[in-house]
Amino acid sequence: MNELFRRLLMLPPQASSVARDVDTLHFALISVSVLGWLGVLSASIWFVVRGRRTGENGAPRGLRKFPSWLEPAVIGALLSGFVGVWLIGHAQYVHIQTPPRESLDVYVVAKQWMWSFAYEDGTASQHDLFVPARRPVRLLITSRDVVHSFFVPAFRIKQDAVPGRMTVAWFRATQPGSYPLLCTEYCGLSHSRMRGRVIALEPAHFEGWRRRFIDRDRPELSAISAGVGRARGATDDLASQGERVASERGCTRCHTIDGTPHLGPSWAGLYRSQVALQDGRRITADDAYLTRSMMDPLHELRVGFQAIMPSYLGELSAAETGALVAFIHSLERAPSAPRRAPLPYPSTTPVVVPAQRAPGKPGDSASPQLEVETIPTPATERP
Amino acid sequence: MSRESAALASQAEPSPYAQPETRRAALTLAIWVFLGSETMLFAGLFALYTGYRALYGADFAHAAAFNEEWIGSLNTFVLISSSFFAAWALHAVRAGRRVMALASLCAVIALGLCFLGLKSLEYYDHLSRGIAPGQFYTFTRLPQHGARLFFTLYYFMTGLHALHVIVGLSIMAWLLHRVHRKRTTRERHVELELGALYWHLVDIVWIFLWPLLYLIR
Amino acid sequence: MSVDEGMASQAAPRERSFWTADTSVRSWLLTRDHKRIGILFLVGTSLSLALGGLFALLLRLELLTPDRTIMGPTTYNKLFTQHGVVMVWMFMIPAIPGIFGNFMLPIMIGARDVAFPTLNLASFWVYVLGAVVTLTALAAGGVDTGWTFYVPYSATSLSAVGWTVTGVFILGISTIMSAINFIVTTHTLRVQGLGWMQLPLFVWAIYGTAIIQVVATPVLGLSLLLVGLDHGFKLGIFDPQYGGDPIFYQHLFWFYSHPAVYIMILPGFGVISEVVSSFSHNPPVSYRLIVYSTFGISFVGFLTWGHHMFVSGMSTFDAGIFGLLSMFVAIFSAIKVFAWTMTLRGGAISLTTPLLYFFGFMFLFVFGGMTGVAVASESLDVHWHDTYFVVAHFHFVMVGGTLTAFLAALHYWFPKMTGRRYPERLGIASSSLVVLGFFFTFMPQFLLGNAGMPRRYYSYPEAYQWLNVLSTGGASVLACGLLLTLSYLCVACVRGAPAGDNPWGSRCFEWRVASPPPKHNFTELPDFERGAYAYAEEGGLP
Repeated sequence: MNELFRRLLMLPPQASSVARDVDTLHFALISVSVLGWLGVLSASIWFVVRGRRTGENGAPRGLRKFPSWLEPAVIGALLSGFVGVWLIGHAQYVHIQTPPRESLDVYVVAKQWMWSFAYEDGTASQHDLFVPARRPVRLLITSRDVVHSFFVPAFRIKQDAVPGRMTVAWFRATQPGSYPLLCTEYCGLSHSRMRGRVIALEPAHFEGWRRRFIDRDRPELSAISAGVGRARGATDDLASQGERVASERGCTRCHTIDGTPHLGPSWAGLYRSQVALQDGRRITADDAYLTRSMMDPLHELRVGFQAIMPSYLGELSAAETGALVAFIHSLERAPSAPRRAPLPYPSTTPVVVPAQRAPGKPGDSASPQLEVETIPTPATERP
Repeated sequence: MSRESAALASQAEPSPYAQPETRRAALTLAIWVFLGSETMLFAGLFALYTGYRALYGADFAHAAAFNEEWIGSLNTFVLISSSFFAAWALHAVRAGRRVMALASLCAVIALGLCFLGLKSLEYYDHLSRGIAPGQFYTFTRLPQHGARLFFTLYYFMTGLHALHVIVGLSIMAWLLHRVHRKRTTRERHVELELGALYWHLVDIVWIFLWPLLYLIR
Repeated sequence: MSVDEGMASQAAPRERSFWTADTSVRSWLLTRDHKRIGILFLVGTSLSLALGGLFALLLRLELLTPDRTIMGPTTYNKLFTQHGVVMVWMFMIPAIPGIFGNFMLPIMIGARDVAFPTLNLASFWVYVLGAVVTLTALAAGGVDTGWTFYVPYSATSLSAVGWTVTGVFILGISTIMSAINFIVTTHTLRVQGLGWMQLPLFVWAIYGTAIIQVVATPVLGLSLLLVGLDHGFKLGIFDPQYGGDPIFYQHLFWFYSHPAVYIMILPGFGVISEVVSSFSHNPPVSYRLIVYSTFGISFVGFLTWGHHMFVSGMSTFDAGIFGLLSMFVAIFSAIKVFAWTMTLRGGAISLTTPLLYFFGFMFLFVFGGMTGVAVASESLDVHWHDTYFVVAHFHFVMVGGTLTAFLAALHYWFPKMTGRRYPERLGIASSSLVVLGFFFTFMPQFLLGNAGMPRRYYSYPEAYQWLNVLSTGGASVLACGLLLTLSYLCVACVRGAPAGDNPWGSRCFEWRVASPPPKHNFTELPDFERGAYAYAEEGGLP
């Protein structure tokens, strides 16, 4: 029954602990509403049909008074119904807004036009929020610029990201999977592309993902750094690694690799070309320029582009930066074939949780063997 | 064509009012409704102030200390006096005493100008210290966020009020002219009633602004 | 021949109608005649409806495919903003009061004009000024903040925010001028012996609306002023960088904008009350309850604004208060729906275009109203907020409610205003197109919202496409219906069959004067002794 209603009303899967209850209220309310609506319409049509038959010949109309208890009864019933709905909805709302005590905290920062996530132990990611399934996760949400809103339809949760404030939301994913995350407060040009995923992993896999990215010597570094270069073994050349970093870090959301104009300068043919800056200078796009552009992008803004790129200082490790520069090198002679159609939603590559463990240190207890796991991108997303 | 319809057809724009009394009642109701509207404008502003006050508490009190209490209180006295004179002018007109009415209206205008003068002095003093609204604020002696916001609100609230004072003074000047030309008389003076009411509202708004901006500790 | 028509023809030979009393352009543009001002508003608001509708059609065309169809994201963002601004402030709010309130209200109370005819004229020209300034924003590149102007985005957007907020501010002034006029007119110009509880329900509706306008619109003016200053001068009143709080803007804005939706619907309720009575030849059931519920809406409607902010970080206590009060305000509309339905009972029904629009209204508004109760439920709103479900809800009540009532009023009062009949068959055809087209435009959007498609989305996941295509198809049908209506009404203005003074046999007061009325509404004061809904008397149909 629940599933029937859910499909009929085109609701997403019920993937969180609150979804089922919220949907039940929804179904009940819709059913009663549709019945009431049909009742009103039927009554009206009935009265009209009767009226058409007796009215035309001007026959005097019969007793018009309806029972005097009818009106108060209907109004009373409706009012009780509305208040009843309020009671249930409010109780559910309190539950949705009150994180359980033992939640995993994640700091969510919304920014035009991307999501970034940080955990208390220094792990960080962007666009994709990794969480353990079946455990409560508390989100501490803020924004760097304008109001955004964190919305995961499959979880039936939503919370605005307000600059200057921290708002709180929580959820417990009922099963592993990948769930679309959408920004749902209009925030400008790429509002409809400010999307990501919430990826719920089995708790053991989640620990593995997180532990792999913590370098015990340098915990301040970002998560993926340790993974790059080791995920597929050292046989991968730097440029290919750079291509992967570019995708995983979302660089390709704003920079194309085939010359198509987009929010940021295309990387095709960029290396060693002459670029015009907004301060009037013309410089060569060499390694130093490329690196500066990642760490302090607004300092040397190119003519014709807006000041919207965030700084990656402290976010990209040296290895990742080098890999990206190598990748841009490799596109020096890439054919510049601009397409007429704008970019689709940037690729979301399958997330790879590597099979081999991080090089063990003495005394390391055996970390669980992790499978290579590809989290499928849901069909609702555009590849 | 009947005489009545002929008469109607020749009339330029007949008044919708059956009697002149109705016109007076209509105008009086209209001004009260309009004043209600103005009250809502300032009420929204007071609500905003209250919200920020709740957020910043102590910062607001510290910032208010830089509003000279004496000038605020003097301005309050000035406006209340001007309201008194506006009421006096109405009384004078009702009693048929034209010269007294003219004198009272002059007093209202003088006091109103005095108010604006004092306000300008205050603004000048603040601006020369770097206390300016929003992005122009450069007064570093006070905690930035709360004080800056206090003063931005201060400028906006007193500025909006001052605009209303200027409009009120224009109305008073026009009324002065009408009394002088004997167009506002003991028999017909509804516009003076309306003008005086408007001036009283302007005064009342200030009486609420004064403690919020000057007296909080 | 009706009793009324008989009386009229026995009176003195007719005066010329208000149309022909003076035909110079100047006499129209500088008229103090409330009827002519009503016609001026008809032209102005109809043009606004057409413009807003054009924007909507372009939007829907863009949404035919998940990515770019005919425009880029910036243009799209500007279009949905301007669609909202034009529809809300240049059509929905001024239309029914400006056209029919102006035209009918004085006649309905036995007055020759409104209390302040010059103020009335001024309110029209201020409306025009506001519209021109708002549209200048289009010429200045357009505005892309959404009609709600949320900060900080609207304070930092490079688009023509300043023009738009100034234009809307001016439109707000026009609104307040009209409202003061209606309140004072209703209080002071009622004909001798006409008590409050004998007024036509349309008068009550306009009066209740005017009260909301006077109380709420200044707060809009304040919000727009502050946003304009934040945008133009970085005053930072709502900017976190300067200590401001964006949520305070939302509170100020919605404090106005929730009562604003009642400003938009209450006049429509008034029209519906008149139409259902006239076309069922029955007095309205529970006249008093309808009046009280109007004030219930006016009052309680001011206390519910927080239901637009359930996910902004509100405390659960506050959310509970707003949620509960939102339920109460819904009950007042339910009372009216009950009364209208029961008014049909035992009636002698004339199935005409206005009554068809009444059914369209019941069909669409009741459904929309119920979804209103649904989104007011806090837990459900968490999922639906800022998705297409909300878009569908408010279009059901705004378009399905107000626009349908507007079209009903246009057809109901067409003979009154022009003295002619419109072609009934075309009316039936176009009303069907409008109602069905509307239904297929917005019903899929409920499902889109359920599925999680956010609003104001230029591009969307591919799985949502078929619902968007269906919605655009419906919009085309709706547009056809509206264009058809516009066409035959324009033609009927000049070539329609003569209607007589009271073609519907309505008892309401405005039908006791000539159709169209003479310049000063009546030669001799009509009889106000007999009530506006005295259908049971005199037995049988007129």
